[in-house]
Amino acid sequence: MRFGILVFPGSNCDFDCKYVTADVLGEPTTFIWHREKKLPEIDVLIIPGGFSYGDYLRAGAIARFSPIMDAVVDFAEKGGPVLGICNGFQILTEAGLLPGALLQNRSTKFICQWSALRVESNQTRFTHLYQPDELIDLPIAHMDGNYYLDAEAVADLEKNDRIVFRYVSKTGETTPAANPNGSIRHIAGIRNKAGNVLGMMPHPERAADAVLGGIDGIRLFKSLQHPWGKS
Amino acid sequence: MSDSHYEALPYHTLTDEEYEKTKKLLNRAPNATELAIFSAMWSEHCSYKSSKRYLARFPTKGKHVIHGPGENAGVVDVGDDWVAVFKIESHNHPSYIEPFQGAATGVGGILRDVFTMGARPVALLNSLRFGPLEVPKNRYLMEQVVAGIAGYGNCIGVPTLGGEIVFNEIYSKNPLVNVFCLGIAKKDEIVTASAGGIGNPVIYVGSKTGRDGVHGATMASAELNEATEDRHTVQVGDPFTEKRLLEACLELIRSGALVGIQDMGAAGLTSSATEMADRGDCGIEIDLAKIPLRDASITPEEIMISESQERMLLVAKKGREVEVAAIFERWDLDVAEIGVVTDDSIFRVKKADALVAEIPVKALTAEAPLYDRPVKEPAFQDMLLGLQVEALPEPKSYSETLLTLLSSPNFASKQWVYQQYDHMIQNNTVIPPGQGAAMIRLKGTNKALAMTTDGNSTYALLHPYFGGAIAVAEAARNLACVGAKPIGLTNCLNFGNPERPETMWSFGLAVEGMADACTRLEIPVVSGNVSLYNETLGLGIYPTPIVGMVGLIDSAALIETPLTPGFKAPGEKIMLIGDTREELGGTAYLKMIHAQERGYPPNLDFEKEKSVQAVVRKAAAAALLRSAQDCAEGGLLVALAESCLLSPSEVGGKVEIDAPSFRLDGFLLGESQSRILVTVKPEDLAALHALIAAEGLSSTLLGETGEAALQVSVKGRSRPLMRVSLDAMKEAYENGITDYFETHSGSRRRLNDNG
Repeated sequence: MRFGILVFPGSNCDFDCKYVTADVLGEPTTFIWHREKKLPEIDVLIIPGGFSYGDYLRAGAIARFSPIMDAVVDFAEKGGPVLGICNGFQILTEAGLLPGALLQNRSTKFICQWSALRVESNQTRFTHLYQPDELIDLPIAHMDGNYYLDAEAVADLEKNDRIVFRYVSKTGETTPAANPNGSIRHIAGIRNKAGNVLGMMPHPERAADAVLGGIDGIRLFKSLQHPWGKS
Repeated sequence: MSDSHYEALPYHTLTDEEYEKTKKLLNRAPNATELAIFSAMWSEHCSYKSSKRYLARFPTKGKHVIHGPGENAGVVDVGDDWVAVFKIESHNHPSYIEPFQGAATGVGGILRDVFTMGARPVALLNSLRFGPLEVPKNRYLMEQVVAGIAGYGNCIGVPTLGGEIVFNEIYSKNPLVNVFCLGIAKKDEIVTASAGGIGNPVIYVGSKTGRDGVHGATMASAELNEATEDRHTVQVGDPFTEKRLLEACLELIRSGALVGIQDMGAAGLTSSATEMADRGDCGIEIDLAKIPLRDASITPEEIMISESQERMLLVAKKGREVEVAAIFERWDLDVAEIGVVTDDSIFRVKKADALVAEIPVKALTAEAPLYDRPVKEPAFQDMLLGLQVEALPEPKSYSETLLTLLSSPNFASKQWVYQQYDHMIQNNTVIPPGQGAAMIRLKGTNKALAMTTDGNSTYALLHPYFGGAIAVAEAARNLACVGAKPIGLTNCLNFGNPERPETMWSFGLAVEGMADACTRLEIPVVSGNVSLYNETLGLGIYPTPIVGMVGLIDSAALIETPLTPGFKAPGEKIMLIGDTREELGGTAYLKMIHAQERGYPPNLDFEKEKSVQAVVRKAAAAALLRSAQDCAEGGLLVALAESCLLSPSEVGGKVEIDAPSFRLDGFLLGESQSRILVTVKPEDLAALHALIAAEGLSSTLLGETGEAALQVSVKGRSRPLMRVSLDAMKEAYENGITDYFETHSGSRRRLNDNG
């Protein structure tokens, strides 16, 4: 499985993603520079976390105009799997590949911590190795992770099983205290209609190695690595 | 220009004597630009003119040291072909004037010091000092400093792994922001900040030059008063540009086209050019007409001393200019060839064809004034040392005393702070912030690096020698608690006005204490920074020597199962290694409960300290320890409470002590040094005892871990001395800081606009 990782000048989780796909999973992984106009031959595209172009304006607002983005949209429209993590999620919403917007955290502060999540949908190519409603722990690290979408559109996401992760308490409840950033309906990750684009604020690439405190993120990459795999 | 005019020039801060010296060195009077250059290079900040003679005391050699002080950062061999590159630096003055940008650019500066050496930054720490949080201005300063550190580190993608924060009234008008950065590189990738190769091009890269930070180095070399609170002297940080500069510089260094490179930090273009020429024993000629400018109206003096951020000066190999330019253009950074390396040892500044300044390089460096400033013991010192212990009432309730300490911001959880820092990025964080020393693994090896910052200014106030020595000992002890062997130290010496003899008295003694501790514990000083003039309106800070220390862990087992301070499971033995004496002077207990900062601080026996650390490292390597916790500020009682609070599985402890031969509060809350609190499985107790006996140390078996509470009893007394539930301790510990910043249900302090 050939992974491609988009690199904007302010991307800073590019190496961490590559560490997981190349070093942990042993898959060929290519960095793709933002000034390119074409994607190389890849099977999965990752848009990593970071501050694409500094994000002084609005996270991801400039990145969507980047030379590579036409090729990204094209890849996604043809059904290629695209995983946007953190800043990647923000860019996907700015680019219109996913609905909604990521507002500033309710606390107005950057938050870096482990967060409990519930896998709301394991019927995706990103999450098929998780159990239905499985509780997992992944780190979050963002200033603008407060997902917003109007009520009607949220209802539509819910009806179509497009919410992939929700912030929950350790015991799996959507209590107010379990929502770290104020996201509407506790949404931590969503997919597009076709199911080939996933945007999520938590960082699965930071939970792929036991020595770093958790391994709940590795199955997301393994799901992509083994589209039909069982383990 | 006639002499009478020089005082009116905007960018000079020389004394009359220093001005006379410049005339002698030049054989003429300096012009306005030259005067600005001299002022910047001879400022305390750049020249270390008051402190240099003391700094020579530090041991700087060691078998692992590759580059000691004098480079942008120290370099230490960690084996497997890797080196660790680190330094700590202050950004105190700017952080008081403009806390967000002051702190942010402090982070930016220390990062550049590390990556100019060819190392990729992998960790940041910071050591912060603020006034009490009851004061709204202090809350503002803390909130903004933390946000500034977070904003910069998070964006550039280097984890901030904590450090320490201390609150004391003395820092209300002089907050301290010391930032530490650690980088790693392959041994052969290290470069230095030397110019060389006559005819080689001098190249400017990074942001354009503006007026921000003009006067920064000289501002940092004077006391603050209301008039000097000029925000324009503070630089503005741009972490996105720094990220690009970081990647581009590392690419350039790997390309082999580079001769030397230096950050344009304090005193900007002036210091980077002259220091590189100085190290390379050559001259440099630059043309101001070629400098990328933000504003065409900026004067030559301003260009020379601007401290606009995210700029680098480099010398490249002749003939490879196009290659160098291509790297920086790829990262959308300005790049301009502004000069050339010359053989005449002169720093020459032109603007197109006009000569602007011409100064021998050594006149700015080797010939900079050196002062042997007068030294005098403060008149109040004896009074400070006098402590009448008998007059102090012992706590009526140890539970309440403990909860008071835990809820004070000095001991309370710093989670509110470090959860604003991305401390996990780069996928290396093995021990996150908040648990003593932090630890990162070195990917692809069986090694990890632990790091800590420490310093106790109350001790340094009362007894500068022990204050300095204990800062070193405690940092090393914190590293021992995760099983790491110290490999090097960097320090930041924050003091008041050196023109006061009392300041230099404490400075000299603190340096002596640190130097002795480094020598005896065999830890070389590889880099550092001196920050003087930490005074506002005549009020100076306590002497505040801060130590940043790095330790090596050379065992896969200690990375897979790191040693941390929290109790792990019930039924394990709690043991205190080391001796406890009645040492209440300078303790946190004395200050917070009895409102006194006085008395002799704890004594330090170097040999005993060394043995205690060695035993804990050996026991850690042999996997005998389940937890290890430095027993320092707050004494045994706070150490026990922290081990409960940091337990990943809500384990508490039951402790029974022998009635001490001295005051009970001295035993439980005194701060005797060279003590480490550990837990051990019952079946490993004998092996641990054997290790302790082999070092000739004593230890005390205190009790056993158990249910979620801390209980302390004294043998022979019918009822326990105290029992506090883990929940009660958590309530105090977890809200101690957040209560000042967030109103939440259960908040014990109601904030209003008046604080």
